[in-house]
Amino acid sequence: MIDQLLSILVATLVAGTPLVYAALGELVVERSGVLNLGVEGMMLTGAIVAFAVVAATGNVWLGTGAAMLAGMALSLVFAVLAISLQANQVAIGLALAIFGTGLSAFLGQAYVGTALVAEPSALGGLVAGLPLVGPSLARLHPLVYLSWLLFAGVWYLCRRTRAGLVLQAVGEAPAAAFAIGYPVIAIRYAATLFGGAMAGVAGAYVSVVYAALWTEGITAGRGWIGLALVVFATWRPERVMLGAYLFGGVSMLQLFAQGQGVAVPTELMTALPYLATILVLVLISRDSTLIRLNVPASLGKPFRAET
Amino acid sequence: MTRDGDEGPSANRLELAGICKAYPGTIANDRVDLKVRPGEIHAVLGENGAGKSTLMKIIYGLVRPDAGEVAWNGTPVRIRSPRDAQALGIGMVMQHFSLFETLTAAQNISLALAGRPDIDSLSAQVAEVSARYGLPVNPTRLVHTMSVGERQRVEIVRCLLQSPRLIIMDEPTSVLSPPAVEQLFGTLRQLAAEGCSILYISHKLEEIRALCDTATVLRNGRVSGVCTPRDETPASLARLMIGAELPSFSRRVPAASARPLLSLEAISTRSDDPFGVSLADIDLTVHAGEIVGIAGVSGNGQKELMEVVSGERRLAARQAVRIDGVAAAHLGPRERRAMGLCFVPEERLGRGAVPSLPLSENALLTAGSGLVRHGLVQLGKVEAFARRCIADYKVKCGGTGAPASSLSGGNLQKFIVGRELLQKPKVFVVAQPTWGVDVGSAVFIRQAMLDLAESGAAVLVVSEELSELFEIADRIAVIAGGRLSPPRPTGETDATEIGLAMTGRPTATETAVHAMEMRLATRV
Amino acid sequence: MRLVFERRAAPSRLMAWLSPVIAVGVTLVLMLALFALAGRDPLASLQAFMLTPLESTWGIGEWLLKSAPLILIAVGLAVGFRAGVWNIGAEGQLIVGIIFGGALALKFSASGSPLLLPAIILAGAAGGAFWAAIPALLRTRFNANEILVSLMLNYVAQLWLTYLVFGPWRDPAGFNAPQSEPLGQAALFPVVLEGSRLNASVFLALAALVLGWVFLNRSYAGFQLRVIGLAEGAARYAGFSVNRAVWISLLASGAAAGLAGVGEMSGPIGQIFPTMSPGYGFAAIIVAFLGRLSAVGIAFAGLLMGLLFLSGDAAQLEFGWPASITALFQGLMLFLVVAADVFITYRIRLLPRLPRSAP
Repeated sequence: MIDQLLSILVATLVAGTPLVYAALGELVVERSGVLNLGVEGMMLTGAIVAFAVVAATGNVWLGTGAAMLAGMALSLVFAVLAISLQANQVAIGLALAIFGTGLSAFLGQAYVGTALVAEPSALGGLVAGLPLVGPSLARLHPLVYLSWLLFAGVWYLCRRTRAGLVLQAVGEAPAAAFAIGYPVIAIRYAATLFGGAMAGVAGAYVSVVYAALWTEGITAGRGWIGLALVVFATWRPERVMLGAYLFGGVSMLQLFAQGQGVAVPTELMTALPYLATILVLVLISRDSTLIRLNVPASLGKPFRAET
Repeated sequence: MTRDGDEGPSANRLELAGICKAYPGTIANDRVDLKVRPGEIHAVLGENGAGKSTLMKIIYGLVRPDAGEVAWNGTPVRIRSPRDAQALGIGMVMQHFSLFETLTAAQNISLALAGRPDIDSLSAQVAEVSARYGLPVNPTRLVHTMSVGERQRVEIVRCLLQSPRLIIMDEPTSVLSPPAVEQLFGTLRQLAAEGCSILYISHKLEEIRALCDTATVLRNGRVSGVCTPRDETPASLARLMIGAELPSFSRRVPAASARPLLSLEAISTRSDDPFGVSLADIDLTVHAGEIVGIAGVSGNGQKELMEVVSGERRLAARQAVRIDGVAAAHLGPRERRAMGLCFVPEERLGRGAVPSLPLSENALLTAGSGLVRHGLVQLGKVEAFARRCIADYKVKCGGTGAPASSLSGGNLQKFIVGRELLQKPKVFVVAQPTWGVDVGSAVFIRQAMLDLAESGAAVLVVSEELSELFEIADRIAVIAGGRLSPPRPTGETDATEIGLAMTGRPTATETAVHAMEMRLATRV
Repeated sequence: MRLVFERRAAPSRLMAWLSPVIAVGVTLVLMLALFALAGRDPLASLQAFMLTPLESTWGIGEWLLKSAPLILIAVGLAVGFRAGVWNIGAEGQLIVGIIFGGALALKFSASGSPLLLPAIILAGAAGGAFWAAIPALLRTRFNANEILVSLMLNYVAQLWLTYLVFGPWRDPAGFNAPQSEPLGQAALFPVVLEGSRLNASVFLALAALVLGWVFLNRSYAGFQLRVIGLAEGAARYAGFSVNRAVWISLLASGAAAGLAGVGEMSGPIGQIFPTMSPGYGFAAIIVAFLGRLSAVGIAFAGLLMGLLFLSGDAAQLEFGWPASITALFQGLMLFLVVAADVFITYRIRLLPRLPRSAP
């Protein structure tokens, strides 16, 4: 019984982790006032880059690092166009999503159907010895543990540091932040690049750890769900975690239902995360006061310093 | 906080020479010289668009000049960013956009200070400065819950904590009630007595004569004169400012009429916007042939009241707004316009006009009913309407195809007012008719409103400029904290009485907060 | 010298025309580079991909067949994009159009009624509009972001179609393959160009272009949408309803996407498979932007993008390159056109350094 509960819990954590990376990254981006809708594109690109590197080297960490760089490279393109040239952030974000999807499909052509062999993680061996929970925890990839570290870091940044205060100030009133001497453009670049790196990691996790098998469009909309999660979380890191694992649980429902022999079409079960995304968006967005109080006031609006 | 430093007594605190700054299509500053002595309150005076703001942004490092030299305490410097300016000892209290609404006063202040001041020592410093200059500030309060005056105090305290030797004040009194202005002047005189120089930007002649030691007057981007304001008359200062006599306009004889064209009855709203103001029990009637003015410090419910009057916000109680006796509170702006109510909002770009669209299409924005047939736009008629508006209202522009954003504030306002008046309104409602408008255009617009009232329309004007309301209004009401005082005939009241009403009747919580702030301020 | 990025006094009309041309030009250059990288003669490859297909009637037919749905959907999207209503769900709306039209087609194919095709067309439009009505309702009623909602519904629509084709609609005579039975003649658009597959559904795109031009350029409602997109404050002041704009935008683009869906189903495909669109719903977003959200521009952009799809097919056959190379270049082109658009309102100038050195 406990074993079963534990394995559901573990499955939820495993399924929620890519959303944790993608949404926490985007949360930092949006807190700086930048709306990057291209998360899905950056995730997919990260996913294929990581997959290719791991297929060649067998090293998950090399793959993850390469995915971070790939995500950052794409987000840099976004940043140049949206932050420096002040192009429409929605349009550029969409372009990034479409481009990343095409790029990953193009690069991934050679890997379709290729499977990776999982390497046992050192950390797994360490926790496996723990009583009761050990065997379950050992199944968690180190990237899952690292995502908690990421959460702690983002939470600490936003809530406890002066840098977090500056980030909030830049997202709320960039002109005012600039006027008291903060390099708004540089801060927005940094936030955007961080978001790109995290989207890359999220993609790497999906392709290398979660699926370990390449298929086209492997992230299946998780980047978009991550964007919705940031709204759902009203731009607060702790609620991002809640939302991510909620979605992890919803996607696990499918396996659970199959296990119980429930006669529901698999397509309906697969559609659940998307329907749930719509549901939570509606639930949170109907309270416009709540949104207004939490949304970074300059979100999506370009800033230009007079010269 | 030493204010006397290494500079010799002969050196100017700040000296600008030959500053030039051009933008595409305009020259904002043309060979501007400016000298500010230590401890001097120096006015920079000029019309809207004369180049004052650009000059201040150059001094504060927000804008880079195309040419010219800056010297600080006799040493040539280049100020490339606000950080550079702050490092030199230059502080600025801005007219708009400088506080973060979702942060507390202490967080706002801390963000502006270099290094990482710990909250305890910061609170002590805030309390000390607050007490010394009579600027009560509650450090733990969120800025969006503060009144405009309180926000300004936070900004001034923030600025003072950087130990500046020169403070730039950009139109600081436009958001203050007359008593608060007096208080501010006291603070500024105290600062100057301690050796801090103050650059005081304004277009209000009386204020400058009351406060400033020296004035540099700008006209069309150039210095048109340097003088001692106390030795000048308002008329002579105005001549320096606009290069001509103040234009005058014909005051009409108030046409008495008992026909109410616009009535507001028992209007109470709750603002959906957490940063907004709720209206409470507003009653007002504007009769045919009269001009009623609404005075008040901005942010006291003017925006919300205008939304109710224009129809942007509809009310369920139909009778709450009546246009010429017909219930209209449930109707939207287009229906109300069809009933004869035309409205000019305070923001010209983005509300009164679409910045990127040409004037012809901006004419179509509200004058659509006569220019559309079978759902299709009649381009010829739109063009003719726009041309007539440009000609009748003397709008200087590059033709009907010029985008709204290419016009100066005054010309765009003339276009918008013209567009509404050409629709022959029965009721004309206008917010801040002359904000950011040059003197010539302002007189033109006021004259147009007087003429309209004379022709039998009802005119409602919301303005922060008391002098404007006393010039044109027959009756004046005051809005404060979402409440509207009963209007008083202009002849039976004066600026002092209106100014007192503008401070409003404080609510219980405000009184409590104020008391707490006072305790805080006097704790040292 | 220093580079200065400054706002133009007035938007440049020249750049407004030039920017899509620049975007296409740069894309072409990059394509040539890719050919060269692959060790092919760039110009010969370009000719093989872009021009050779157009030398036959068949090729022209294929080109127009690919361009028509792109144009149809893009005109619908342009309506919303002008108003700042971002419908990213055209792909899903296309699929639901097929589901609605397909239900009719499969049920009444045998009847041979001449009313069947018109009914399918109407059902397709209704299906697309219905799917787009969901984000419209949620946005106007609950303020839910239409970008995310319409995008999520793409996945749901695809899963719905997958379920149908693998389940109730599976052809009993199809050796268990996931596909419906072939549609009857009465459910198909007639071929209009002898020697090709080009069929009457192309007239839907033409009609959309004409209607779109009138709506976007001459109608008061179109003007209102434009104002809402450019300055929402001005729209509220003028009394233009944002909610109405959301409904118009989503219903129009949804219906257009649904029509494009039945155009595919009752056109070149003639059957229902789990995958019915090579990404027309997303590519149309690019067509709309590349065409400057205007009907005339969209006609050109749609033809160009149709050609890109066609050459993608050719690249697949010739080089063994994946079909996704089309998506790659499409995304690139969207990047480029949005970037080039910046120079409509801004320009870059070289200025001499300031004369004085730092203290």
